[in-house]
Amino acid sequence: MSAATTLNWTAAPRGDAAIRFESREATREVPWVKWTILGISLTFFAVFLLMPLVAVFVEALRKGWETYWSALIHEDALWAIKLTLTAAAISVPLNLVFGVSAAWAIAKFEFRGKHLLITLIDLPFSVSPVIAGLIYVLIFGAQGWLGPWLAEYDIKIIFAVPGIVLATVFVTFPFVARELIPLMQAQGREEEEAAIVLGANGWQTFWYVTLPNIKWGLLYGVILCNARAMGEFGAVSVVSGHIRGQTNTLPLHVEILYNEYQFAAAFAVASLLALLALVTLAVKTWVEHRASGGNQSREAHQDAAS
Amino acid sequence: MSASRTFRVLPGFHLTLGCTLAYLSLIVLLPLAAVFLKSASLSAAEFWNVISAPRVVATYRLSFGVSLAAATINAVFGLMLAWSLVRYSFPGKRFIDALIDLPFALPTAVAGIALTALYAKNGWIGQYLDPLGIQVAFKPLGVLVALVFIGLPFVVRTVQPILEDLDTELEEAAASLGAQRWQIFRHVILPVLLPALLTGFALAFARAVGEYGSVIFIAGNIPMVSEITPLMIITKLEQYDYAGATAIAVVMLVLSFLLLLLINGLQAWTAKRTGRDR
Repeated sequence: MSAATTLNWTAAPRGDAAIRFESREATREVPWVKWTILGISLTFFAVFLLMPLVAVFVEALRKGWETYWSALIHEDALWAIKLTLTAAAISVPLNLVFGVSAAWAIAKFEFRGKHLLITLIDLPFSVSPVIAGLIYVLIFGAQGWLGPWLAEYDIKIIFAVPGIVLATVFVTFPFVARELIPLMQAQGREEEEAAIVLGANGWQTFWYVTLPNIKWGLLYGVILCNARAMGEFGAVSVVSGHIRGQTNTLPLHVEILYNEYQFAAAFAVASLLALLALVTLAVKTWVEHRASGGNQSREAHQDAAS
Repeated sequence: MSASRTFRVLPGFHLTLGCTLAYLSLIVLLPLAAVFLKSASLSAAEFWNVISAPRVVATYRLSFGVSLAAATINAVFGLMLAWSLVRYSFPGKRFIDALIDLPFALPTAVAGIALTALYAKNGWIGQYLDPLGIQVAFKPLGVLVALVFIGLPFVVRTVQPILEDLDTELEEAAASLGAQRWQIFRHVILPVLLPALLTGFALAFARAVGEYGSVIFIAGNIPMVSEITPLMIITKLEQYDYAGATAIAVVMLVLSFLLLLLINGLQAWTAKRTGRDR
């Protein structure tokens, strides 16, 4: 079905299914094997995932709360926060509307080229963020195709906010759509068809029948989309021009501070983004829990899908 | 199902498909086409000169070589982590499960400076490695560390659901027929996991090749030593060499498309092998 859905975020397990394996002789390892595998994987986890996260906060507070706080309320930092929020506030709703629209067309109807369309929607994930920035420079940059025309009307896109928004839209493009497409495909269209037959119009059907069914998936996609929108670095770096207090998003501000050897300040700003990541993961885990409601409904869901 | 193909009960097909195609074309397809059109402004010889310059070739070697190594490390340890999360109960499991996705959620620039803080010569881990003669930061090894970080969730999250869906009966049958635990893993479990494992590997590799933010801080970006291909594009752009940047971008894009095809094929294989459609 959705072979092009390259990554399955909703796959995390709910509840502890390990008992199923640990209670049976045949699916159990001898203790030393178990503890070796567990030891190696948890050490790997601690070194590669946990330590970098801890390092951000420890380095941020190395010079005390005062330095930390003054880095955050610095004029340039506040501007970066504002710009980051603006870029996310524009790109997330755009991709939300697109994602719902694409999922409706793909999940509720049969048409030729559907598979290709799903692959194309996933495309921004396989493109290097640097190239995502480059494509807009080639079109809107001073040497780009629309460059002279834009200069004539004094419209700035590259090295300005519109370019940052465009690059952010590109890199966050597939998040909502890829979350909704498999979900809506699995749910089928019987409920919507019943609503239409009973006299509801298209909008009512979507609002009262489809939306309640997809709300968790939708929320999930939006959270991930937002995290990426606020954290994008490579693509935004290419189009921003790094003008302090003008085109500096939070991740770019981290880079500037770091390159100026203001490490404590760089990590202080970075800790804001790390907090955002933690909140994202917490909400994501909560949504998964709500959406699956334990393993039982998840299996029922899979039966319906097959 | 076939009935609605001839007569659509639900409204909005043309509207939603139209919006989708228009938005997709404007944001993704047309701008990507721009790269290929721009590169056509170079003659074949110029194009070849740009993409085969020694400094650029060194970046391919580093980007592809280290990405392969990172994806391999992720495949091994990602499988172990997924196995631990599915098969064993241990305290803090839910916390660890949630944190596996950290590299997806943590902005790459933050990951980059955090890893540098750990692996620099006087860093948390670097200070113990330095006396052993192991330098991580500003060396290809640093690039490897960053790429292992960002690629890990891809393997865990593709293998985990397949492991969870595995029936215990297969293993019980094999055990009752006298198979050893290792034989069961090798001949019963691994064949079922293989397509997903390869998919995770390919996803981690694809992401690693294009990765920029987390790498540039720890890599030090020394020409011919620790420069990655995406950085080369930025360097060319900063020199206003748009055509040169585009030529390298074309090489990377073609590779990305090939990888995307490979991943789609692998996922179709996973679906066939396990009967799952996701």
